[in-house]
Amino acid sequence: MTPETGAADAKEEFKVVGSRQPLVDSWKKVTGAAVYGDDVRFPNMLACRVLRSTLPHAKIVRIDTSRAAAMPGVRGIVTGADAKARFGVLPISQDEEALCIEKVRYVGDIVAAVAADDEAAAAAAAAAIEVVYERLPEYTDMKKSAERVAAPIHEWTSDGSNVQKRVDQHFGDVPGALASAAVAPKATFRFMGVGHQFTEPHAVVGVPEPDGRISLYTPTQVPHYVHKALAKVLEMPMHRIRVFRTAVGGGFGGKSDPFPHEMAVCLLARKVGRPVKLVFDREEVFLTNRGRHPGEISAQIGFDAHGKILAYDLDAWIDGGAYASFGVVTTYYNGTLSQGPYRIPNFRYSGRRVYTNKAPCGAMRGHGAVNCRYAVESVIDMACEELKIDPIELRLLNALPAHTKTLNGYRITSNGIVECLTRARDESGWAAKKGKLPFGKGIGVGCGFFISGSALPIHKSRTPQSTVHLKIDVDGGITAHSMGAEIGQGSDTVIAIAVAEILGVPMDFIRVRSEDSDTAPLDLGAYSSRGCFMIGNAAREAAIVVREKLARAAERVTGHPAGDFEFADARVTARSDRKVSLSYFEALTEALADHGAIAASGWYQAPRMGSDYKGAGAGLAPAYSMSAFVAEVDVDLETGIVRCTGVWAAHDCGRAINRLSVEGQIEGCVHMGLGQVLGEEMRYSGGRVSNPSFLDYKILGPKEMPDVRVLVVESNDKEGPFGAKESGEGPLLPILPAVGNALYNAIGMRATSLPVTPDQVFAHLSKLRKSGAGFRKTWETGQGC
Amino acid sequence: MPNKSLVTLRVNGATYEVAVRPHDTLAQALREGCGLTGTKVGCDLGTCGCCTVIADGRPVLSCLTLALEAEGKDLRTIESLARGAELHPVQEAFATCGGSQCGYCTPGFVMTTVSLLEHEPSPSRERIKDAISGNLCRCTGYVKIIDAVERAAGRLRAARAPADHPSLQPQG
Repeated sequence: MTPETGAADAKEEFKVVGSRQPLVDSWKKVTGAAVYGDDVRFPNMLACRVLRSTLPHAKIVRIDTSRAAAMPGVRGIVTGADAKARFGVLPISQDEEALCIEKVRYVGDIVAAVAADDEAAAAAAAAAIEVVYERLPEYTDMKKSAERVAAPIHEWTSDGSNVQKRVDQHFGDVPGALASAAVAPKATFRFMGVGHQFTEPHAVVGVPEPDGRISLYTPTQVPHYVHKALAKVLEMPMHRIRVFRTAVGGGFGGKSDPFPHEMAVCLLARKVGRPVKLVFDREEVFLTNRGRHPGEISAQIGFDAHGKILAYDLDAWIDGGAYASFGVVTTYYNGTLSQGPYRIPNFRYSGRRVYTNKAPCGAMRGHGAVNCRYAVESVIDMACEELKIDPIELRLLNALPAHTKTLNGYRITSNGIVECLTRARDESGWAAKKGKLPFGKGIGVGCGFFISGSALPIHKSRTPQSTVHLKIDVDGGITAHSMGAEIGQGSDTVIAIAVAEILGVPMDFIRVRSEDSDTAPLDLGAYSSRGCFMIGNAAREAAIVVREKLARAAERVTGHPAGDFEFADARVTARSDRKVSLSYFEALTEALADHGAIAASGWYQAPRMGSDYKGAGAGLAPAYSMSAFVAEVDVDLETGIVRCTGVWAAHDCGRAINRLSVEGQIEGCVHMGLGQVLGEEMRYSGGRVSNPSFLDYKILGPKEMPDVRVLVVESNDKEGPFGAKESGEGPLLPILPAVGNALYNAIGMRATSLPVTPDQVFAHLSKLRKSGAGFRKTWETGQGC
Repeated sequence: MPNKSLVTLRVNGATYEVAVRPHDTLAQALREGCGLTGTKVGCDLGTCGCCTVIADGRPVLSCLTLALEAEGKDLRTIESLARGAELHPVQEAFATCGGSQCGYCTPGFVMTTVSLLEHEPSPSRERIKDAISGNLCRCTGYVKIIDAVERAAGRLRAARAPADHPSLQPQG
């Protein structure tokens, strides 16, 4: 597409865009008809179970499968000997194996996979596989793992340590700016890892086709990357492999890697010659992980006496676990994405990601931007207290304008941060509450800034990042083909809305087919909050091509010039003479005559942008979402339990293509972010995940959710489809610091270790009790704070 | 390997004879034995509620119910609700209100809601939260699920109440 094509939308009245549309696939989901990974079944299908490493770090001396292979019902076994190629989601860090080859790197690494007549037989055989290990030193503490070690987890870490990636960036003069600052608060924050915990456990089926091809049915967010990895591991060309995306029972980044188990079922299916299905239990979901990195972030921010930010100085340690996954990107994001929505004139960031012998971390909703956001928003509030400036006033003072560039070269287009802040302030009754709530109750603010699609594809390529095909035949229905991964976020519905809007037909004329790599054009998948922006643009472009064909057909029928027709209510009508009008079907019949079915293609490729320093591409996006949340908390002074009691969530999504989805995404972000700040944590005992169930890893239930007032801000991005930007990930960022800042406002405790647990709060309250200071808000004596 | 025995299950008004092992769950029997895959399994521990079905009018976790225990019970699953293309009011409400995103938890929430509204036609929002607190959703933050339950309750009441006596609402 060309950037200009979006511009005209600003003046248009939309008919479908901006309405509240039920998801186009919702009828399948509410009836139980949707087919998820575990619902896929084929004749003659075998069941698979895997054998996982019981040690955090060990050499595999010998694997003996002979006893297992002779057990009843066992049809085939694969081990590391069956696939030598390494793979990974990023081309620069291909460090995963379908089945461990020479060593295991965490408790849960897949060592072997068995196909048998039923699951019980497969499990019994997997347990009967004999593996002789030679234990290696275990590295579970990221700081110790970053030193020179005796047995690096991967051989390519260069300095004898387990440091996988280092980032050092310095723009401007940070030491000079900090020296001149009126205040420069600093703090160090620690974060436990958290997991996506989608409700659908991973479940995949590998199918050997009669013609020698291999099909994989998988609930994945990234069918294309899975396709590429399969080609590498199976050593087959991509056209001999088919990836079918089943319904995805939640992703949030946790299904955005090509996985060893996806490779394993295909290897088994090929070896045995029968379909093979593997369904994980919940513990295996925890072991597969790819959740948010645990880590430690230090932030110092310098301000002048008026509250203008002079410099950021950030340092991040992130604990990657056993494999790279998206970690190179995460390492950059932990610094770079903390800059917006503020003007930062001097910026310094050091980050490193360290391999440890734990379940691998990866991309999780708000990828790389959540923990550093908590750090900087907390330190900003520390400055507000020192400077006696209202936290919202100070944020407004530092807000980036629209249509500018950040210090590190991000191109900022539309920007609704000022409206986000003022609406969250006004709707929450901030002025009436801030400084006036009793001890134990507090109010706080936090902002967010997130990419609306990564501008650079993971694999360098001139192929567009999204392509959508439309096919229309004599029945009049419009089939949209896309490989955009519908994961519940509503990307199929965005396609349908874009097409319905442009062609002026009812939503039920459109059917979206976004499952099958054999029929769908390339799309990079559901990650980096790219779907709405990129797929939406591609769908819109394809519909415009169709509209032009229909307009020319209308011209042939009526003699009226094609450029004067508008499309609405399934009719094609001349703007200048409403009497010149024909139905959509009449125009279509003419368009099909002598040509056959209409096939149209639309695509999106991000424009060239950014600087050319090392790492300049990380965090580049064709647009950025902005957000500002206000949260209220209520602390139980007896137990230390913190409840979030209200959230005013203002998010600039450019334009709400589907208002129902935008609200749903924001409410879901609040839920997931509240979980991280108030309770969720992956716990480890040595290298072993010690709480791999929903009994011990608590996600918020209905009664723990506060009221959420969603405030949709529409800045109308001129390159976004109909003006839209993302709303699926950015709204997770502000809830954590808004709660953290509200907690400080409530009891004077700066939470520097997430999650905030009742025992931390209780210890703080006990200290206040003992000190004689009592339960008074001494920190609120300053004006406005 | 323990031997299988035949269990007779009455599901959605039909009778199924399913071969199960003593420790097989109702969820397994429904999905693998009856072919009713609308019932989902998310945790196998009774923590997520995805597997909720209705047994003798009350919601039960089919992952914690043994198939053998379910013999003789009147079982209803998500597949029982729609009449052709006409959705049950609870299903319609979950779609219309955005109460379903990825959809995996939806059958469980829908069955919990159907049972709730059969016993309590006018639950408050707080009561709705109580009733669905055995179900987890990772997508919606529950806001639109609660909206959906309220909408469904309103539609079911409207359908049941005689037009001239709107206050006379039959229970259950």
